[in-house]
Amino acid sequence: MSTTARMTMIQAINSAHDVLMERDDRVCSFGEDAGYFGGVFGCTQGLQEKYGKTRVFDTPINEAAIIAMAIGMAANGMRPIAEIQFADYIFPGFDQVVSELTRLRYRTAGQYTAPLVLRTPCGGGIYGGQTHSMSPEAFFTHIPGLTILMPSNPYDAKGLLIAASESDDPVLIFEPKRLYNGPFDGDPHKPALGWSSHDQGLVPTGHYTVPIGKADIVRAGAALTVVAYGTMVHVALESARLAGIDAEIIDLRTLIPYDMETIAKSVNKTGRCVVLHEAPRTSGFGAELIAQIQEECFYALEAPVKRVTGWDTPYPHAHEWQYFPGQERVTRAMTETLEA
Amino acid sequence: MTKAPIRNAPGFTVPEPSARPGGTPDFSALNLKAQESVSRPDPACPPQDTHFIANSLIQVLNEEGQAKGPWDPKLSAKTLREGLHLMLKTRAYDDRMLKLQRQGKISFYVKCRGEEAIAIAAGMALHPDDMLFPAYRQQGLLFARGRDMIDMMCHCLSNARDNLKGRQLPVHYTWEEGRFFSISGNLGTQYPQAVGWAMASAARGEDTVTASWVGDGTTAEGDFHSACTLASVYQAPVILNVVNNQWAISSFSGIAGGQSATFAARGIGYGLATLRVDGNDFLAVYAATQWAAERARSGNGPTMIESVTYRADAHSTSDDPSRYRPKNEADAWPLGDPVERLKDHLIALGEWDEKRQTALIEALNKEVLASYKKAESFGTLRDGPLSPVPSIFEDVFAEQPWHLRRQRQDLGV
Repeated sequence: MSTTARMTMIQAINSAHDVLMERDDRVCSFGEDAGYFGGVFGCTQGLQEKYGKTRVFDTPINEAAIIAMAIGMAANGMRPIAEIQFADYIFPGFDQVVSELTRLRYRTAGQYTAPLVLRTPCGGGIYGGQTHSMSPEAFFTHIPGLTILMPSNPYDAKGLLIAASESDDPVLIFEPKRLYNGPFDGDPHKPALGWSSHDQGLVPTGHYTVPIGKADIVRAGAALTVVAYGTMVHVALESARLAGIDAEIIDLRTLIPYDMETIAKSVNKTGRCVVLHEAPRTSGFGAELIAQIQEECFYALEAPVKRVTGWDTPYPHAHEWQYFPGQERVTRAMTETLEA
Repeated sequence: MTKAPIRNAPGFTVPEPSARPGGTPDFSALNLKAQESVSRPDPACPPQDTHFIANSLIQVLNEEGQAKGPWDPKLSAKTLREGLHLMLKTRAYDDRMLKLQRQGKISFYVKCRGEEAIAIAAGMALHPDDMLFPAYRQQGLLFARGRDMIDMMCHCLSNARDNLKGRQLPVHYTWEEGRFFSISGNLGTQYPQAVGWAMASAARGEDTVTASWVGDGTTAEGDFHSACTLASVYQAPVILNVVNNQWAISSFSGIAGGQSATFAARGIGYGLATLRVDGNDFLAVYAATQWAAERARSGNGPTMIESVTYRADAHSTSDDPSRYRPKNEADAWPLGDPVERLKDHLIALGEWDEKRQTALIEALNKEVLASYKKAESFGTLRDGPLSPVPSIFEDVFAEQPWHLRRQRQDLGV
């Protein structure tokens, strides 16, 4: 039987790298400050020492170069895992993702593929200001050919990263940095919690995967469905608990291809739905989810589907908690949806 | 209080080419003096020992058609004839494909007239297992690697036998078997990818070299500089070619900064070995590629090669160069025509003659036409057959996810 250990999300991500690199020579890892130093959040700490400088290394500060290099390596038989230091920094490499990475299999009719993983910390809640807080997933969910994941806990973070690296498709993983060291329920005034007492902070030390494309029902309920991912999963759980609402809360985990089967089954049962994300509202990923929900569940719906999101503004620094879609906004949306 | 007079009024410059339509072509600013005396450093030398060449020009074939100087690769007559054959084949193919585009048989085409030596000589100088990351004007590499012409045509026809299933604009070839990467329409994206590919080969201890090509215009792209940085940092076994053909559609090389420094000189700041070579001189391109490949293969790092040439025809079938440059500019190009120069050299060696040249061109035209008849029998974009319609939804992911399956059903296929 596989042993387990208490891990933070950072340790779980580190452990996933370790497991992958131990098993497969083709796996290599690189990024800005990700080599000797082990990454600004420490996700790749100790790996260079263990696996050597040509498998775990620092890159120049050039996201286009990092992604292009990863494409070249992946096309040539490697399984790179590249770290983009902050999701906010990914845009210099956007063309390599949109025009190259995600089209390579298609435009070569399968002659060349680029099975690689891009990992990047996203989201706010750490006073990161507008350039260290973004949740830019919607820009990427619009690109054909890209698998997109966002874990909400250490167990999923490790299992999804291993599944991503073993996938034959390119995968982009957004890691909510506010969850790196502990769950966050949306109340900034509470003392920060660690993962040590959380169920999903208990992580197998060896190899396992969390399936891509499968959502997780983190709370079963009958009153309404809440679809969330990343940090908002924890906000939803606490909001429902405080308001005493019997919500069914779905942690999407995979954004593309998202688990519509689980969503539709739940919404058809509850007849009410709220969609949450931290990213801005207009053309956010919630818009896609709601469009699909109304297509598949319209006749089961008893209320309009609501969304709670960040505002259509850049992420402010001083007013972080007025921007973040916290418990008060989530509770209000759930209540209004129940009363509608 | 009086203000000090302004000596240099602030302003900016928009570079202009030496001549526009109706003007007299003038290439005097390009530093194209015959430089057969450029010394040939050891391929294992420090990069700095090559930097003088970035501001010079490696040339082997002189105006009398003789091979001279330290860069002469001393190729056999057989190899030279093969080079001539492949360049003429490329030219015959291009001419036929242009006609077919004009007849509406294919949607788009890009010729490489005047630049044949760059792809053919490099393709011949590299090993068959070296990896190629070309731009769209290096079709000669496919001929040098022996790709079946019918297959190339089937791609350009986007027909049922197109190995890209009709997904790419014509001339955006991929040929995995020939270690020829996918050509992107977005410029320069392949350059840093090539460095990554080279690093993976090196990590496995293989002695293969990776070569990539961009045009002078593309040196302005961020990806050009990404590749230079990566090559410089990781000392990857890669050859970064800049094909300076003077024109990027209607923008002359000055719009990419070509008046401020040579394109080869871009490599100096990155500490790359830098060669600047007469791109219309088959022997010079061959020698430069051979030098850079030997350097990379023996673990001595990357090289940037600028091949100076002239785009003798339009950018593509969507372009009319008479609107922005003198009509006779190609004829005035001081480095001549690569096919003529190699032919003259072979004749000077007593290894070729005009009669054989004419016969070869005739035979190639016949071969191209016969290949086209065959390719057309597999279908055309206009009349089909094309790849099956459901193939639209294939190869987006390794396995078709639910949303693509539904969209395929929506289309009714």
